[in-house]
Amino acid sequence: MPDATGLELLAQEVGDADPDAVLDTIYFRERATLIINPARARETLELLRERGYRFLASLHGVDYYPEEPRLGVLYELLDMQRVDRLTVKLRVDTEKPEVDSVVEVFPTADFQEREVYDMFGVVFRGHPDLRRILMPEDYEGHPQRRDFPVGGEPVLFTYNEDSTPGYTK
Amino acid sequence: MSTPDTRDTPVAPEGAPPQDRVSDYRKLEESITLAPVEQQIAERKEELLTLNMGPHHPATHGVLRLLVSLEGEVVRELRPVVGYVHTGIEKTAEDKAYWKVIPVIERMDYLAYYFNGMAFCGAVEALLGVEVPRRAQYLRVIHLELNRIMSHLVWLGTSALDLGAISMFWYCFREREQILDLFEMSSGQRMHTRYIQVGGVFEDIPAGFEAKVRDFCRTMPERAGQYEAILDRNEIVLRRLRNVGIVDEQTLLELGVTGPLLRAAGNPWDLRKAAPYSSYGDFEFRIPVGTVGDNYDRYRVRLAEIYESVKIVEQALDGLPEGPYITEDRKIALPPRHELGTSMEALIHHFKLVTEGFRVPPGEVYYPIEGPRGELGCFVRADGSSKPARVHMRDPSFVNLQAFRAMVKDSYIADLIATLAMLDPVLGGIDR
Repeated sequence: MPDATGLELLAQEVGDADPDAVLDTIYFRERATLIINPARARETLELLRERGYRFLASLHGVDYYPEEPRLGVLYELLDMQRVDRLTVKLRVDTEKPEVDSVVEVFPTADFQEREVYDMFGVVFRGHPDLRRILMPEDYEGHPQRRDFPVGGEPVLFTYNEDSTPGYTK
Repeated sequence: MSTPDTRDTPVAPEGAPPQDRVSDYRKLEESITLAPVEQQIAERKEELLTLNMGPHHPATHGVLRLLVSLEGEVVRELRPVVGYVHTGIEKTAEDKAYWKVIPVIERMDYLAYYFNGMAFCGAVEALLGVEVPRRAQYLRVIHLELNRIMSHLVWLGTSALDLGAISMFWYCFREREQILDLFEMSSGQRMHTRYIQVGGVFEDIPAGFEAKVRDFCRTMPERAGQYEAILDRNEIVLRRLRNVGIVDEQTLLELGVTGPLLRAAGNPWDLRKAAPYSSYGDFEFRIPVGTVGDNYDRYRVRLAEIYESVKIVEQALDGLPEGPYITEDRKIALPPRHELGTSMEALIHHFKLVTEGFRVPPGEVYYPIEGPRGELGCFVRADGSSKPARVHMRDPSFVNLQAFRAMVKDSYIADLIATLAMLDPVLGGIDR
């Protein structure tokens, strides 16, 4: 993990290359997080990749309801040479949840971006095959959002199969 | 019998004696040359046959569906379709108090339940900033490594079954039963034990557990040697595994592959060594690596890991420190039973913990550990309440599956089954 100073230096370095890229830094429980501008996601991650963070360990979505902008995408980067981890985070709102895809920079992001799209509805621009991955293809809604209720899907029994619209037709 | 097709073929007239027909056939036969056919019969693309495998195919290790495009017997394109056992565990976890999340999260990757619990508890402990007692760390290591052996045994048994060796299955499940008996002894359950708790472990090991584990550690290397004796000189196994499914290290890294698959390609990346957690730094063990990166290396790496895991368990038993098995912080861990009858405060803590659960300060943590299949990371976001606001498991099976296409492209469909077995995906972990 970069320490608090290392994180600031890194933020400075990324900011020098692209003044719009870095919005904030968080240092919490010895873990470094870089908050970036969603419009510059792809360029910033490419830059960090050149800087040694060559392995994308994980990519996941978060819903920050009721905070705005609501949706977050987190990239867990790893530098295997220095055994150094960095979290890169960006936030988009639900009105226009669009981020550039990083599949070309990190091919491993393919399935994981599809999962974030499936669960949170974040659209990754330029993804080669952006379809639902875990939910059925004809499913409506994004179930991991906080305002999607647990048990929000009607259970189909014999007695209500005619009255539950759309499920048996 | 249908009438023979007589277009262009010199056939003797009707009513001719049979011997003339035979000679006509000979003429026809002589006219055939072995020169290559110049004329292309069809476009190559039109010749591809798309075949659906699964989701209920017994060799898909769960409910994995594969759309395979074949040219003859050669796989030209492959698309995995997942989601058939998606149960929404991450969503369910958001509706439960932290300590009640552990049982559901263990059911994701059902062969690595201690690892799931460890990743989640590690993340919550990091959020809380709680110190785990050393005895608890050692007890965790013992169970994690037994779980790793168990997972590899299930992999070896079912993989050998896919290659047609049924006896390996019985041998591996015999040893797996012993491990499950050990789990039952220490926690009461054979699977999904919820043994690892936030701040430590659920219960100290019972009397006689250590002797039984030592017994197991004595027999296991011998048994693993027997597996080697069965498989290593088996012509069928060697032919089906050697030089099959080779992917180079760089491609694997780009596809995010970790664990035995990456180590088989020669990269000694293991989080137990690289970034030790839960006292792994105290133990001496080696990281097996492969040289070629084929299926045979994947098999050898996992088998060698069984020996190393046994070594770690033995060292953890030797050095097992005295002390508490769970944190003394009464705001997180339940008070001991005997305090409940005498201390009002303990009773209040017990009541608060069982009804509401403990509250976790706001924050986000990603906690990676080395699972049997690679980097198992748990992301937890706390919002200050007693329930997590987001739980996400970075499951190695899910990420590793992306490398499957690279492994089987342009190889035979029979090798696809062997490669899938050596990939070792667990669909419960993929779909969550």
